[in-house]
Amino acid sequence: MAEIKLPRREFLKGAGVAGASAAAAATGLTACTPEAATTSSAALAVPETRLVITPEENAFLSAAVDTIIPADQLSPSGTDCGCVTFIDRQLASAWGGGAKMYRAGPFLKGTPEQGYQLPLTPHQLFVAGIRAANAWSQKTYNKTFDLLSPEQRAEALTAMQEGKAEFDAFDSRLFFQRLLQITMEGFFSDPIYGGNRNKASWRMLGYPGLPATYADKVDEYRDKRYVVAEPLSIADFS
Amino acid sequence: MVTKLSEVDCVIIGVGLTGAMLAKEMTMAGLTVVGLERGPDRRPQEEFVLPRIRDELRYQTRMELMADNSVDTVTFRNTSDMTALPIRRWGAFLPGEGVGGTSNHWGGSHWRYLPTDFKIRSVITEKYGARAIPEDMTIQDWPVTYDELEPYYDKFDKLCGVSGKAGNLKGQQVEGGNIFEGPRSDEYPSKALKSSAGALMVAEAAKSLGYHPFPLPFAAPSAPYTNIYGVTLGACEYCGFCGRNSCEANAKASGTINVMPVLRNEPKFQLRTHAFASKLVYDRQAKRVTSVLYTDMKTGEEYEQPANLVILAGFVFTNTHMLLYSGIGQPYDPRTGRGLVGKNYCYQFEAPANAFFENKNLNPFMGAPGDAIVFDDFNGETFDHSGLVSSVVAMSAPAAALSRRSAGAKCRRKRPRGARNGRRRPSSGTTASLISTRKARSMPTARTTWTSIRRTKIHSAGRYCV
Repeated sequence: MAEIKLPRREFLKGAGVAGASAAAAATGLTACTPEAATTSSAALAVPETRLVITPEENAFLSAAVDTIIPADQLSPSGTDCGCVTFIDRQLASAWGGGAKMYRAGPFLKGTPEQGYQLPLTPHQLFVAGIRAANAWSQKTYNKTFDLLSPEQRAEALTAMQEGKAEFDAFDSRLFFQRLLQITMEGFFSDPIYGGNRNKASWRMLGYPGLPATYADKVDEYRDKRYVVAEPLSIADFS
Repeated sequence: MVTKLSEVDCVIIGVGLTGAMLAKEMTMAGLTVVGLERGPDRRPQEEFVLPRIRDELRYQTRMELMADNSVDTVTFRNTSDMTALPIRRWGAFLPGEGVGGTSNHWGGSHWRYLPTDFKIRSVITEKYGARAIPEDMTIQDWPVTYDELEPYYDKFDKLCGVSGKAGNLKGQQVEGGNIFEGPRSDEYPSKALKSSAGALMVAEAAKSLGYHPFPLPFAAPSAPYTNIYGVTLGACEYCGFCGRNSCEANAKASGTINVMPVLRNEPKFQLRTHAFASKLVYDRQAKRVTSVLYTDMKTGEEYEQPANLVILAGFVFTNTHMLLYSGIGQPYDPRTGRGLVGKNYCYQFEAPANAFFENKNLNPFMGAPGDAIVFDDFNGETFDHSGLVSSVVAMSAPAAALSRRSAGAKCRRKRPRGARNGRRRPSSGTTASLISTRKARSMPTARTTWTSIRRTKIHSAGRYCV
């Protein structure tokens, strides 16, 4: 299959932290079915209920995930794939509230090797990060991030990625990293979490999903593409 | 108010694979055993089943099976002059929690040490001279040899139903196995897994260069297998969800799968979950631990469990922390090099690289660690280090903050330790000690300091990750 060169591909490569799944996506591996690009629009007709994110956060996140994952030949857009729904639910979850996270002091700025050292839970980090990003966007472009043109959004996210966007409390690189990470999680995770609608990313990757029992298929499909008619999620077995 | 319980023969702290195995052996020897596990019970038939086990977000990303950092963590630094900071959520190394412990979510690469690993200081000194080992490198010989340990390696293989291909059977080299390994008294209990397309490419490339590729030894059988305790294990399903996940096929070795099914029925064994052991009661004069203090995390009540024998079977930091906090043994002092407790913690280190092949169909979602082909031609003393040894550089250890995918890339080369100021400084090595960062039970946290690492094992690409 010929590689299709796309702005998204360049963007993700530049992100540098994309990991294997995104790297696989970047090589344009496979199985982009034409239906995948169209089937989810019906679902969007119903306005979505949000659990924790505010209208401002919703607007920011929608613009951000659509910049990272624009609608194209490979998949519908980030919002159409449910990434914002996913993020909202994750930030409302125990994980978003900082469960299983060591949250006591000392709070010192460590080396990169020492990892995350802020007192903020994931939810709090996104709240603070989105406010800081919009404040910076207002100062730089005279508009909040969601009102920027697609080119400006890409430019703004790149500035955050490179730490050039000035945030008051923490490095914009941290925010960008977390934003990219949670967007990818929403795009690639099992659809039970509200993202990856219609298994769009799995179709794009040629990832068959469940049940993933391959002992009887290893020999047959050695160096032969294994394709399923329809990827299956946890919900399909429940 | 601490409730003192009646004495048992043996208390085991941590019911992971080690704890479960020892509990089984102790009860078989007729002893009464209490297992204290700080996490929950893990019931494979309830939790590690389709479809829920194939949840990449829950297990891989959010790390469902790992120890709760809000209850207990360690701090991290790279050198003794840095301020150690708490690991707020696990990154590079992943202590588990609950029955089965870390064995529930390990990847299953099932290696033995090379015979030379047991006497590494002697071997290097003999081959390359005493000066080959930098003054600040704390490696030393083990007090046991490969030959002494071999029967237990063999028994452990038969507990786990390990799949693989022997390369040295009772001293005879066997084609297709690892010819560098120590002599095995028996073939692997289970045949090697089927190799993936990527693995076969590695095998061919390695062979063409004169190396000695073999299938990665893997702690899951390739066909149903009944282990030494009479537990029947399933065959690997090549599902691609090994590391960080548990096994739905009842195949990948873990305390829950390989031992607990029979241990649970053992009347001499008592499992206490949510039991957070905090301190050993130590009779300094008799040099003997007499009991264990623990908290029932469901009620907050404290208990003292006396025992004739106390076994530390937690993750290495838990065990070290327990000794340090209970005032047992001499804590390692990196300035003087004296003391043993907390000295020489080691962690595996890999520098992964991914390759893309345009005209190959590798189906990377299909597979298991055991479908890889590896070679040991550059492991330990399997090759001549002449000309390499004196230029060893210290590398920063895998960092808490790094994901498994980027750990290799971020490894930095540093000047040899001790090179500063033109004189050698005493070593710190990789150590654990106590600092006053509080963890939930008002105890000091274990502080870890990570430094030099220099061994590399060359694997085929880790292509089983989804």
